[in-house]
Amino acid sequence: MLPILGGAIIGLAASILLLFDGRVTGISGITSGVIKSETPDKSWRIFFLSGLIIGGVLLRFFRPEAVTIISGAFNYDYALAGFLVGFGTVLGSGCTSGHGVCGLSRFSVRSMVAVLIFIGTAMLTLFVFKTFRGVL
Amino acid sequence: MKNVVALLSGLIFAMGLGLSGMTRPDVVKGFLDITGEWNWSLMGVMFGAILVHSIAYQLIMKRKSPILEKEFYLPTKTSVDSRLIIGSIIFGIGWGWGGICPGPAIVNLASGSARAVIFVLFMLLGMKVFQWFDNKVLSK
Repeated sequence: MLPILGGAIIGLAASILLLFDGRVTGISGITSGVIKSETPDKSWRIFFLSGLIIGGVLLRFFRPEAVTIISGAFNYDYALAGFLVGFGTVLGSGCTSGHGVCGLSRFSVRSMVAVLIFIGTAMLTLFVFKTFRGVL
Repeated sequence: MKNVVALLSGLIFAMGLGLSGMTRPDVVKGFLDITGEWNWSLMGVMFGAILVHSIAYQLIMKRKSPILEKEFYLPTKTSVDSRLIIGSIIFGIGWGWGGICPGPAIVNLASGSARAVIFVLFMLLGMKVFQWFDNKVLSK
């Protein structure tokens, strides 16, 4: 039940931002807007991202396993994966939150196509890694 | 006030990600690993999020404007183009590789771990490189 409850809380957060600020909760769009020079309204974006980090700090206290699982030394896999996630989400105008949560909730065809493609590609990537490197 | 709401929304969003297991690459990979022991968590997360937000969306859209803004800023593009498809493929490779997408990556910064920081720094670099590429090459 916890995943469904967690999902419902994510849906609530997205609804609050839309109702009050009229904004879509796409994390890649919010983040890339901050580092783009011509974005006019950066302040709410910076506050939203700060909220995510403060949330992470709170999670450390009552659910530490949620924010410690990727701990470890520097690793090229995380650098390359991060680069592809950044590049791909800006080119494809969205990630799991923007297309997955907000777009599907609006029944957007673009988002449905995007979600099917990125979940399919991610499954295939993991399968290839498992087959050739033997690790997940 | 708009900023306070944005901060609260981010904080609540992070709680949802943490509770649902989305901040853990092992849980995400458990869902993406279809040839292994399939972990349905991510389906549950999407179900819960879409159930709540799709109903709220219908109700919110009955309003003329948001409470603190003059208008709604919704995506306007409707066409399925090559950018959407290629971008989603590249994102999918990175997501399957690391098991982390942008929201969980930023929440994980609170762990202070080198991997989380490296992931976010390179994610920002990837975004910046695309913005540059788009301005210099694609838009010319």
